[in-house]
Amino acid sequence: MWSGSTMTPGRVFSRPEPPEVGLAGGGAVARQRKHPLVFWVSALPPSLWLFGFFLAPLAIVWVLSFGEKRGLIDVEITWTLANYVRALDPLYLGVVAKSLWISGVTTVLCLMIGLPVALGIVFAPGRWKPILLFLVILPFWTNLLIRTYALIAVLRTRGYVNFTLEWGADTLGLPFEPLALLYNNAAVVIGLVYVHLPFMVLPLYAALDRMDKLLIEAALDLGASQLRAFVTIVVPLAVPGIISGVILVFIPALGSYLIPDLLGGTDSQMIANVIERQFKRANDWPFGAALSFLLMYLTFGALAIRSVLAKGDGGLEAK
Amino acid sequence: MTGDLGSENRTPADKAIIRINSLSKNFGTIQAVDGVSLEIQAGEFFALLGPSGCGKTTLLRMLAGLETPSAGSIIIDGEDMSRVPANRRPVNTVFQSYAVFPHLSVLDNVGYGLKVTGIRAVEVRDRAEAALDLVKLEGYGARMPDQLSGGQRQRVALARALIKRPKVLLLDEPLSALDAKLREAMRHELVNLQETVGITFIIVTHDQEEALSMADRIAVMDRGCVRQVAPPAQLYEFPTNRFVADFIGSVNLLEGIVSAVDGAEMTVQAALLAAPLRIVQDKRFVPGTKVWVAIRPEKINMTKLETGPTLRLDDNNQVEGIVEEITYLGDFSIYHVRIADRPEGLVKVAVPNFDRATLRPFIWEDRVILRWNPNSGVVLDS
Amino acid sequence: MKVRDNARRIQPGPLEYTRQAWMRMILLATFVFLYTPIATLVAFSFNDSRRNIVWRGFTTKYYEKALANDGLIEAFVNSLSIAFVSTFISIILGAMTAFMLWRFRFPLKPLYEGAVTLPIVIPEICMGVAMLVFFARIGWPTGLPWPLNLGQIAIAHVSFSFPFVAVVVRARLASFNPEIAEAARDLGAGEWAVMRDAVIPHMRPGLLAGGLLAFTLSLDDFVITFFTSGPESVTFPVKVYSMVRFSVTPEVNAASTVLVVITVTVTALALWIQNKQSSEARG
Repeated sequence: MWSGSTMTPGRVFSRPEPPEVGLAGGGAVARQRKHPLVFWVSALPPSLWLFGFFLAPLAIVWVLSFGEKRGLIDVEITWTLANYVRALDPLYLGVVAKSLWISGVTTVLCLMIGLPVALGIVFAPGRWKPILLFLVILPFWTNLLIRTYALIAVLRTRGYVNFTLEWGADTLGLPFEPLALLYNNAAVVIGLVYVHLPFMVLPLYAALDRMDKLLIEAALDLGASQLRAFVTIVVPLAVPGIISGVILVFIPALGSYLIPDLLGGTDSQMIANVIERQFKRANDWPFGAALSFLLMYLTFGALAIRSVLAKGDGGLEAK
Repeated sequence: MTGDLGSENRTPADKAIIRINSLSKNFGTIQAVDGVSLEIQAGEFFALLGPSGCGKTTLLRMLAGLETPSAGSIIIDGEDMSRVPANRRPVNTVFQSYAVFPHLSVLDNVGYGLKVTGIRAVEVRDRAEAALDLVKLEGYGARMPDQLSGGQRQRVALARALIKRPKVLLLDEPLSALDAKLREAMRHELVNLQETVGITFIIVTHDQEEALSMADRIAVMDRGCVRQVAPPAQLYEFPTNRFVADFIGSVNLLEGIVSAVDGAEMTVQAALLAAPLRIVQDKRFVPGTKVWVAIRPEKINMTKLETGPTLRLDDNNQVEGIVEEITYLGDFSIYHVRIADRPEGLVKVAVPNFDRATLRPFIWEDRVILRWNPNSGVVLDS
Repeated sequence: MKVRDNARRIQPGPLEYTRQAWMRMILLATFVFLYTPIATLVAFSFNDSRRNIVWRGFTTKYYEKALANDGLIEAFVNSLSIAFVSTFISIILGAMTAFMLWRFRFPLKPLYEGAVTLPIVIPEICMGVAMLVFFARIGWPTGLPWPLNLGQIAIAHVSFSFPFVAVVVRARLASFNPEIAEAARDLGAGEWAVMRDAVIPHMRPGLLAGGLLAFTLSLDDFVITFFTSGPESVTFPVKVYSMVRFSVTPEVNAASTVLVVITVTVTALALWIQNKQSSEARG
């Protein structure tokens, strides 16, 4: 319904304005043309690698978990569930339970230490924040093996902790019995906390940093005590960070191998150690395969719980 | 159309270099461009003007070959562009963000278009230096883009596009990223550049001042359709529909019915006015047609209502009112005069501030008479 | 609203937790906890004492011992070779993945994205097991000459590295200005030229940072390597592990310090590049 010099009448349409600006400036995907050759050239090599050298091996392990040992090295795939059933043996169930327990304790300890540390960094004066964060992350960059090894030197009977305590006891004139800090569950927990603490601090920091400080001030202004303000305001807002941190600590702790191996005693075996034994010493590959997959299912279960809990919490990026 | 304004300083040659036939583009359910047909003359400085979302940028991108039309065709210099991809069209674009390659020097940027078409390096360098001279960036060849200001980067983008000697140069909101003073200078430069180079320029803009001051002809777009194509003065003085009348500058629209036609003169009975309006224009409508009379604020004469002769009922082209609001703009003031109790009964009158502000001729609550000439308004039926 | 007037400046305000003593104690204690083990490890690599507890004097003889340890050097060379090869392949595969996911839409894309992030999420031991079983099952040749005998390890490293590279590069691609690619096309470039002249230059900082990340991941890896290496193809962490199992010696300290220094330097470099590229996001 318009006139003009060289136009043909068009139809009157009732749609709202087309998002011209959005498309013009927006993401690459929105206005990409099809170019099959480029797609396949860029998609094939990584896909082939992913399938061939990652998914296929996993599939083989999965199939293997249904096999039985026949002799020293031969395995026959009989599609038996015997391996999984064996995993439910009290012996192995105990290991699983202990692993869950140790990981749980580790997570709780990391949370208890990590929350104040994260708060401390969040409320630090501006220029200290990046420095403190950096200091928290730096240990993470060093090799896990080396960090564990360093802990041995600290925790053993003739290690630094006992050395310092002994020196303290001598100075005070008290009798001294060296603490057995190594080769037991406590050492494993200490090691796991030591190694995973940054993973708890970082997501907590991220969540707390986003919090509006004015909310706390408002609570204080309305008469709440510091503690009350903390519990009723800060903690609920930190929940997404807590969830992330818990997952980032619990899952790797559950599957850890080195720390229980180097720091733990004979009764501190965790799932990964049992798995390793099946492949290196006991030579029972099908059983090891079954245990591996059980560990994977536990991992994915934890991840699934996390996404369910994190729904509607303004999404932290999935890692 | 009405009103011959004579030829402006830049008369385009009478040869259509671009023919757009019933061009449409939809993104899913969104119709961005809706059956547009246009002819653009060779050597013209043409503007696509409209509010954001009107489809002007999509139209430009289709000309460049960066979007595929859903329907219709584009003919450039006699050749149908449907099968011609963007990198082979005789068209080049200056993008809104300038899109200067950050990892190449200025000279390499400018010469890029020649390099990828296989021209010898020596020739590339010579032509690139010449292009830099053209945009007044001599000697900047060795610099990197992050060392340049926004305006300089734009010139690099211009040189880079012009070096390919395209038949048509497309510019997407060329002045929107520049500050006010620079914008004015760039306006002159672009117009001069176009005259020097002699090729067709098509710019996309939402800024009517830009379009009015630079273009030979302007296509005003709204929601995917072209509402009017005309030279700037014609667009301003003789809009053909309410959208254009309101989009370009400001306007008062008085709704009414055509009551009589007498030769070149139409009588319109407006709802808000006691007396009918008499408008002289070429295009006439049949009595009984619902119309709008568009009168620009500067075309209304305002005088104080003295205690004197009252308004005669059969006096045309005038109305009584009360000054309700004054907007001071420095060079002139806009008086908002209430002529009727209804919400739409507010008329804008632009009065130059001839006297000092302290000697304001009209103040709030003044009773005034508004008058206009029969050929100062335009009657629109859409 | 509480007003932090000047008189109260001396006392920390209600929200300035960090200025309060208890908070500072916690932070200090935590940092002491985190750094003492490593610091002492490094310090005592210079200690002129076998027993590693009491400081007896500064010496670099354990570094010399470590350098003279053939097994250690061989393991180190192996680690470096594997790291270079796996980094190279990871960069290429990671870049392709990132590009393909950024540029195209295709059916089951979310599933594919999940599959690509799987190596990052999966427990290391599960991956190590999978690699071991895989290579045994398909009869991967053993007893190959150097460097081919490192092939299994390199392949395993690539498998868990290239998704990391893909994540880093994808983040970099998110800041790409599409008009640059369109400008290249507008000026006459074909599809491959657009890639070469517009997209890849933009990816470069991401490729660099991702490559450095892949390098450290490979160098540091223990569990997966432990499962895919053999007596003839020992890497540095695996070698240190066997030394650690025997005893705590300053030699191990020395070797560890070297590895720590390398990894920290490389990671710091990667971080610095990432910082640079995020501050020039308009690029």
